[in-house]
Amino acid sequence: MTIGSPLPHEAASLHVTGRARYVDDQPLPENALHLAFGLSKVARGRIVKMDLSEVLNSTGVFGVLTANDLPYENDTSPGAKDEPLLAETDVYYVGQPVFLVMANSHLAARKAAQKGKLEYETYPPVLTIQEALDAESRFEEGPRIYQKGDAETAISVSDRKLSGVLITGGQEHFYLEGQAALAIPSEDEEITVHSSTQHPSEVQHKVADALGFGMHQVRVEVRRMGGGFGGKESQANGLAIACAVAAIMTGRPCKMRYDRDDDFIITGKRHEFKIEYEVGFDETGKINGLSFIHYVRCGWSQDLSIPVSDRAMLHADNAYNLAHCRIESHRLRTNIQSATAFRGFGGPQGMLGMERVIDHIAHDLTLDPLIVRQRNYYTDAKDLKPNFKDMQTTPYGMKVKDFVLNAMTDEIVKTSDYYKRRKDIEAWNLNNSILKRGIALTPVKFGISFTLTHLNQAGALVNLYQDGTVRLNHGGTEMGQGLFQKIAQVAAKSFGINLASVKITATDTDKVPNTSATAASSGSDLNGMAVKIACETICDRMSGFLAEYYQEKITSVRFEGGLVQIGKHEISFPDAVQLCYQNRVSLSATGFYKTPDIFWDRIKGHGRPFFYFAHGVSVSEVVIDTLTGENRLLRTDLLHDAGASLNSAIDVGQVEGAYVQGVGWLTTEELVWDNAGKLMTHAPSTYKIPAFSDRPDIFNVALWDNENSEETIYRSKAVGEPPFMLGFSAFLALSHAASFCGKNYPELNTPATHERLFWACDRVKHGD
Amino acid sequence: MNIRFLLNGETITLEKARPEETLLDLLREDRGLCGTKEGCNEGDCGACTVIVIDENSVKPLNACILLLGQVHGKAVRTIEGVGVDGKLHPIQDAIIKNHGSQCGFCTPGIIMSLVAAQMNNEKDHDVALAGNLCRCTGYAPIIRAAEVAQQVVLPEWLIFDREKLVSCAILPSLEQPKSSDDIAALLVKSPKTRLIAGATDIGLWLTKEFRDISPFTFLNQANDLTKIEEMEVDYKIGAMVNIEDLRLWAASVSPSYGELLRRYASIQIRYAATIGGNIANGSPIGDNPPALIAAGARIELRCGESRRTLPLEAFFIEYGKQDLRDGEFLESIFVPKDFENLCCYKISKRFDQDISAVCGCFNILVQEDRIVKARVAFGGMAATPKRATHIEEALIGRDWSLATIQSCENLWDKDFTPLSDIRASSAYRLKTAQNLLWRYYRESLGETCNVLEVSA
Repeated sequence: MTIGSPLPHEAASLHVTGRARYVDDQPLPENALHLAFGLSKVARGRIVKMDLSEVLNSTGVFGVLTANDLPYENDTSPGAKDEPLLAETDVYYVGQPVFLVMANSHLAARKAAQKGKLEYETYPPVLTIQEALDAESRFEEGPRIYQKGDAETAISVSDRKLSGVLITGGQEHFYLEGQAALAIPSEDEEITVHSSTQHPSEVQHKVADALGFGMHQVRVEVRRMGGGFGGKESQANGLAIACAVAAIMTGRPCKMRYDRDDDFIITGKRHEFKIEYEVGFDETGKINGLSFIHYVRCGWSQDLSIPVSDRAMLHADNAYNLAHCRIESHRLRTNIQSATAFRGFGGPQGMLGMERVIDHIAHDLTLDPLIVRQRNYYTDAKDLKPNFKDMQTTPYGMKVKDFVLNAMTDEIVKTSDYYKRRKDIEAWNLNNSILKRGIALTPVKFGISFTLTHLNQAGALVNLYQDGTVRLNHGGTEMGQGLFQKIAQVAAKSFGINLASVKITATDTDKVPNTSATAASSGSDLNGMAVKIACETICDRMSGFLAEYYQEKITSVRFEGGLVQIGKHEISFPDAVQLCYQNRVSLSATGFYKTPDIFWDRIKGHGRPFFYFAHGVSVSEVVIDTLTGENRLLRTDLLHDAGASLNSAIDVGQVEGAYVQGVGWLTTEELVWDNAGKLMTHAPSTYKIPAFSDRPDIFNVALWDNENSEETIYRSKAVGEPPFMLGFSAFLALSHAASFCGKNYPELNTPATHERLFWACDRVKHGD
Repeated sequence: MNIRFLLNGETITLEKARPEETLLDLLREDRGLCGTKEGCNEGDCGACTVIVIDENSVKPLNACILLLGQVHGKAVRTIEGVGVDGKLHPIQDAIIKNHGSQCGFCTPGIIMSLVAAQMNNEKDHDVALAGNLCRCTGYAPIIRAAEVAQQVVLPEWLIFDREKLVSCAILPSLEQPKSSDDIAALLVKSPKTRLIAGATDIGLWLTKEFRDISPFTFLNQANDLTKIEEMEVDYKIGAMVNIEDLRLWAASVSPSYGELLRRYASIQIRYAATIGGNIANGSPIGDNPPALIAAGARIELRCGESRRTLPLEAFFIEYGKQDLRDGEFLESIFVPKDFENLCCYKISKRFDQDISAVCGCFNILVQEDRIVKARVAFGGMAATPKRATHIEEALIGRDWSLATIQSCENLWDKDFTPLSDIRASSAYRLKTAQNLLWRYYRESLGETCNVLEVSA
């Protein structure tokens, strides 16, 4: 019963009353210290003098730490060991933490942090993609290349060829709750850290390394985050380590949270990409050969840039069967904030490159881009010939055997009335000289699994108490995505009990060790399975005992509707539990799950990195003002494949929210750095995420009823990231509208701000 | 300084309070009321929205830039004090049932905005929520919840708070000016006193720049400056009229100006910010100044008992420098009544709660196909809000035609040399300014030129 039910978020009643507690809401002991970082003011240089006397003399300051004061490892990175918590001698971006202030209030710490007097020997910073290429400033030795067939030849022998460039801008996560951590030292060299992190095990690991502790001396707890979106995967490490180090050094609880401006200036963002493409195709729009070059602006540290760039390559085909394809990827080191994980993890950039190619081909052939899409789609699973040789593969050699976008596209064409509206728009545009409308339909195919195969594992601990209630622990974190509710539904289903009997607890490294980040959309797939396995272990033990007790077959035991059936006997679940307890049956179990059948060679670019694909289609309609570039979404239709949904309300919420966030990335959200590498858009006053009125007036969202062909948790599909890319249709609808200004292709880059759209209209009219 | 106010129905007396401390810090750090969240600490995200009540208004305000001196004598309600009859407010219930919260961090602020909107009978949810950002939901489920909970509930605590405000005699006792005369006297005595009206800018000096703003005083008890009066040829607007009250008035006399003021900022900011603050602050963008310059407004500056008036455009001397002498303050704005032709266009990256890249305001009168009057002013195009005098000259006396508009094309760079910054490039600003005259012309012919007027 509980599986699939549109139940509200597990903490909804706490959210609406203000009782939901985030890290910064935890009551603090009187003697707690508040921390703030003093930041580098230059993008690249060497610190030659640091005078912190005014910081120390500032009101309320308890002390200041620099790199020299740190007891053990000075590193916050998720692996490359290239991100000092506090800069040692060199600084690599404006905003890099250099010293750490400890004070008796948040405000006092922030005030004092402004008072450091630093002198630098400065060097010319490497800021742009071009500057990084010129300076050979890279991560990894050279470009990574994945390919299938012979793209170069296929392009050269094609009837028609096109080439172009797409630049996709970065994006700030803008989780509403800024980064925060609180460390409380305990007796005997132990510490508890409350962190707003998607990755408690990594925080535990990094804190242990920074303190010279074993991981067993560090406990990390995460009840909830006020949004994550990838921005609290590696970026939460710094605050947690700072708090832990200061707490152990002073023996006092230490808390740190970034003011919003600091959060923008210090932490990483989505990677900016420059994508060059060359494509050969025929008169019908069928692609023969396609070549991409990705230039990735990674920022100052390696962070997660390698897997992000890999995932962009793995999604360069999006939904299209490419016989000959080559993808080259350059990971460039620049003196700005470290680009990091962000919903989609490189996938959006890779996929948008592909969608741009389709759109460009359609413009060249004066075809509806939808026709070109359908002409190049992979074949739907149901239409695949059984002959193994016909099996279609991605450019990295993975079989595509669960494709459903042809059918989904047919459906949304009907429900959105696509063809009629496209015609109406053409007619409307003839009668309007200043305003132009546009419409686009775009598909999403997104691979589910961490590409680093070993991360695809999860653990759970389920405690069933003698009164029949359940306390549930797993490795996933709750950041608003509804994971805890979905998991609770899985547990309730397993025991056949009401959700009221299931208590979800904070994620805690004490309960479930060695967890992966809640990332890559994997939260419910991995943790749901681990919880189900743990529940089944307990059910099996209970069944074994009850069958013997009642002298019935073990296969006759059923847990349903708050009752346990044992053959012809029926007792309440609490009674059954009590009976098991009295007969010494263990009622606590761990569960462990690892995704089967995946393997991946990232150097060769070959294998099956993903367990399955999730799909979606969207149709967006926009209107633009060709005099100013002002533009607006009018109507959106979304159809998304969440498999057999675990909770339809939560999944619809993910789809709606991701779409709007995706549209924000592609339209109003613009990061601007000055020539010295200082981020100029560092607060919501200057960085504009979508507001209420930016959502489309008509906003239809539906889930595609499609059981996962792989054996996932109740045949559901991951839903965190894939719908983010549904936002593409808004971007390409803007491009469509601009194309009514004249003959040229708009070559619109992202974010398509009013200004960028204005110049695109100008290009369409007059050429470059 | 003693500060007293009602907090969720309870009388709070703060002895030796720092009146420049923010209400948000008091709530979270001293009172343990952590339901009110800090999202941006600058009044742009709405996570800290609280409701402030006095005898004749119910205002949603951003607690992060609301200073204790401003809440003296008022009743404050936070998310912890918004329930009705010991139960959830219907809006809280609707948010749960319609899946309007995901991470939940923006939720208390959104609920406070919706509760205030309902009490003020504001039915346009996008208007009520323009100052509340949510990063998870895509907004649709929150709007569904707002629609479900449409029916107006006047919570019993509104009456309770208002009665208690009177019965507890939480009356202005703070040493603050109570009238324009008081302000004048104070400034004669200590001309360096910083005047705090809505603190929507000064709040950021405190939360972001850590500036010492002493000596200062709060103007929010100078009630004689909060009136809009209809005089013989002008409207007289008191400097302490807040932007929301100004908008309500403007919408009745010039819908275009009213719409500009809707987009001036979120309702939380509009209720706090004042027309006097907006002008005296000297922002080169401002939004009100270009509109009022185009309307032909004059301002009255007062020093002690003497007053002088000057055209609004003359007040702005250069960037950061206004014609304001020691001991002088902006008391009133006079707007000629005949500005019904005024058209205001605001170009910004986002439609709501954003600062203009270009704000163009046109007040052109055409009689018998001839342009008899043209006042054109822009924000965002120069170091100050500025008239386009070359354009005005080129228009006056000509016929209202395509040819006349085209003849202006080469004059724009005589009037303006805009900057490139994070909001827009110089070239875009210049082109757009030029195109806004086009838009004005096409609209006068009846063509729809505003994307906000189109629906699917």
